[in-house]
Amino acid sequence: MELDALALARAQFAANISFHILFPSINIALAWVLLFFKLRYLRTGRQAWMDAYGFWVKIFALSFALGVVSGVTMSFQFGTNWPGYMQTVGNIAGPLLAYEILTAFFLEAGFLGIMLFGRSRVSERVHTLATLLVAFGNSLSAFWIIALNSWMQTPAGFVMKDGRAHVTSWLEVIFNPSMPYRLTHMLLASGLTVAFLVAGLSAYRLLKADRSAGNAVALKTGVWLAALLIPLQILAGDAHGLNTMTHQPAKLAAIEGVWHTERGAPLLLFALPNADTQSNDYALGIPRLASLIIKHDPDGEIRGLNEFAQHPPVAKVFWSFRVMVGVGVLMLLASWLTAWQLRRRDAAGLDRRLLYLLVGMTFAGWVATLAGWYVTEIGRQPWLVTGVLTTAQAAGAATGSMVAGSLLTYLALYAGLLLAYISVLFHLAGKAAGQADAAVALKEVQA
Amino acid sequence: MNAAYWLPVIFAGLMGLAMLVYVVLDGFDLGVGLLLPLADDAGKDRMVASIGPFWDANETWLVLGAGLLLVAFPMAHGVVFGALYIPVLLMLVGLILRGVAFDFRVKARDPHRPWWNAIFAFGSLLASLAQGVMLGRYLTGFADGALPWLFALLVGAGLTAAYALLGACWLIMKTEGALQRQALGWARRSVPGAGLAVLLVSIVTPLANPAIAGKWFALPQLFLLLPLPLGTLALFVVQWLALPRLARRQAAGNDSYCWLPFATTVGMVLLAFWGLAYSVFPQVIPGRMDIWQAASDPEALWIMLWGALLVLPCIIGYTAFAYRVFWGKTGTLRYQ
Repeated sequence: MELDALALARAQFAANISFHILFPSINIALAWVLLFFKLRYLRTGRQAWMDAYGFWVKIFALSFALGVVSGVTMSFQFGTNWPGYMQTVGNIAGPLLAYEILTAFFLEAGFLGIMLFGRSRVSERVHTLATLLVAFGNSLSAFWIIALNSWMQTPAGFVMKDGRAHVTSWLEVIFNPSMPYRLTHMLLASGLTVAFLVAGLSAYRLLKADRSAGNAVALKTGVWLAALLIPLQILAGDAHGLNTMTHQPAKLAAIEGVWHTERGAPLLLFALPNADTQSNDYALGIPRLASLIIKHDPDGEIRGLNEFAQHPPVAKVFWSFRVMVGVGVLMLLASWLTAWQLRRRDAAGLDRRLLYLLVGMTFAGWVATLAGWYVTEIGRQPWLVTGVLTTAQAAGAATGSMVAGSLLTYLALYAGLLLAYISVLFHLAGKAAGQADAAVALKEVQA
Repeated sequence: MNAAYWLPVIFAGLMGLAMLVYVVLDGFDLGVGLLLPLADDAGKDRMVASIGPFWDANETWLVLGAGLLLVAFPMAHGVVFGALYIPVLLMLVGLILRGVAFDFRVKARDPHRPWWNAIFAFGSLLASLAQGVMLGRYLTGFADGALPWLFALLVGAGLTAAYALLGACWLIMKTEGALQRQALGWARRSVPGAGLAVLLVSIVTPLANPAIAGKWFALPQLFLLLPLPLGTLALFVVQWLALPRLARRQAAGNDSYCWLPFATTVGMVLLAFWGLAYSVFPQVIPGRMDIWQAASDPEALWIMLWGALLVLPCIIGYTAFAYRVFWGKTGTLRYQ
C-alpha cells in the first residue's frame, strides 16, 4: 500500500506541535503567577505565599522540561519534513526564529536554574529577578513565534522575487494584521489554562483534606484570575474574529459553516457540514445572530465558501471552533460561580460540588487552546503561507513509510509522557495534601 | 570583500561555535546520564544534582546550532536533516526521554523511581549514539553502503565514550568522597574509547574525502597543522598519567587539581573541533555544497548578525553567572 507522505507529514507536525503547545501554554502564565506569589510573600511576609511558590515551582520545572524537549523537536521538523518552507520564506522565518532563540530561549533557560534551585545561593532580590527574567523570556518567546505564525496567516511587508520572499519592512512583517489579536488571544489563553490548572489542583488538595494556607491562597488566585480573564478573552476572541473576517474570509466562512454568501446568517449551534452537497445537514441555529455578531448588523452579509477557489476543510474548523467556545462558556460559569462563593467564605467553605467541577476542569484550558489552534491552523489550509506557499509545495522527500514510522514513535512517546505528566501532577498534589495534614496533626499534638 | 562573501563565513563560525559549546556543555550532562547506572542511589541523586541547574540551558545550544543551520543555511538544512531522518528521530527521542526523566525521577511515586533512572540513562545513551552516527554520516557525505554505515556506528560508540569521559571529569570536579573516587575510575576507562574515536575520525575522514586529504597532506600546511594532532596526543597522555595520580591524592584527602581532567578533556574537544572545522570549511556538506551556495540572502543574515552581536555577549555573561552561582562541590538539590 502506498502511504500518503504529505498527509502523514502533516499529521506528524500536528502531533508534535499539539504536544508542544500544551507546555508553553502553562509555562507562559505560570511563570508570572509564580512571580506574583513571590512578590506577595515579599510584601506581606506570609509564609503561605512562599508555600504556594514552593509547590507550583515544581510543576513549573516539570512543565518547562517538557516544553524544552518537545520544542527541540520542532527545530528539526522544518528541515526533515518541510524544506520548502525555509527555501521560500527563509528570509522572514529565519530571523524571527533566530531572535526567538537568541533573546528568549537562552534567557529563560539561563535563569531557570537560579529560579528553581538557587534561592539559598543568591540574595532574595536576585532570586526574584531570576523569576522575573524567566517569566519575561517565556512571554518574549511567545511574541516572536506568534509574530511568525501570524505572518504566515496574514503576510505583509515583503515582496516575492525569483520565488523567494524578501522583506520590505520588518515592522510590517512583525506587526502584521493579525499579530496583535493572535498574541493577545494566546496570552489570555495561557492565563486561563494556568488559572484552571491552579484552581483544579488546589481544589483536589482541598478535597484531600488539605487545609494549609498555602493551598488556600493558590486556589483563590486561580479562581479570581479565571474570573477576571474570561470576559477579557471573550472580547479578545470577538476582535480576533472580526480581524479574521477582514483578512481570512474563507476561514471565517468555515467557522460559521456558511457555504453560500448570505445576508442575515444564523449562528449555527449544531450542524454536520457536508462537503459533497456543499451544505449543512441537521442544522440548528439562532436566526441572524451570526450576522449580528460578525457584522454588528442582523442583516449583514457574510461571504460564503462558494466565493473562494480554495478553502479549508469545513467540518474540522467548524467543530473545533464550537469546542473552543463551549469550553469558554463553561469556564465563565465555573469561575464566576466559584468567585461568587469566595466573596463570602474562605476556600475551605466552598461547596464540594464546585470543588469537583474545578478538578474536572483542571485541563480545560488545554482543550480550549488546542481547539483554538486547530481553528486557526486548519483554517489556513491549503496554504502554509497565505497566498504564497501551499503546504503541499513545502513538503520534503521523506517517504510515506519513513514518516509513518516516525509518527508512530512520536505518538507512543507523547501518549506515555502525557499520562505520566498528569498522574505526577495529581501525585504531587496528593503528597502535598498529606504533608499538610501531617503538619496540622503535629500542631494539635503539640498543643 | 562584499557582504555576500563574508556574511556566510561569519555565520559558519557562529554555527560552529554553537555546536562546539553544545558538545562541551551537553556532552558533560549526557555523560553523567550515561554513567548513572554505575552509581548507588545516593550517588545517583548527587550526580543528577550536579547537572540539575544547567541542562536546560545546555540543550539550548543545540537549538541554536540547528537553528543557525536552518536560518542561515536553509538549503543545507533540508539536505542534512533529510538525509539524517532516522538518526535525528532517535536523537530527539533520546533527548526527550532524558529531559523528562530528569524531572520525573524526583517527582514520581517512589516505586517508579528506578524506571525513570533507567529511562534517564537510556535516553542519554540513545542521544549520544545518535549524535555520533550523525557526525559519522555527515563526514562521509551521507555515502551509502555497509562501510560508511559501520564507520558511522563506530563514531557513535566513540562519541558516547567521549561524552562519558566528559561526564566523569565533570563529576571529579563537582563531587567528593566515594562518588569522586568512582568517577576517577570511570574517567580512566573512558579514555581509550574517546581516543579511538578521535583516531578513527582522523583516519577515515581524509580517506573518504580526497579533497580533505589534499588540505591536510600538502606542504607546507602539514607542518602548520601538526600541532593539532600532536597537541591532542599530548592531552591524552596528560590525562592518562594524571588520573591515577589524582586517585592516589584523592585517597589521601587531597582535592587539588580536581579540575584538571575536565580542562584536559575540553582541550581535546577543542582541538578535535578545530581539526574538523579545518577539514570541512568552506563546505557545509562535504563534497556537495559550500556555505555560499547554502546561505540565506544577505539581507536576512545582516539582521540576524546584529541580533547575535548584541545578544550573544549577554548570553555568555549570564551563563557564566549561572555557573558561578552553582560553583564548587554539589550539595543536595532542593527547590528554593
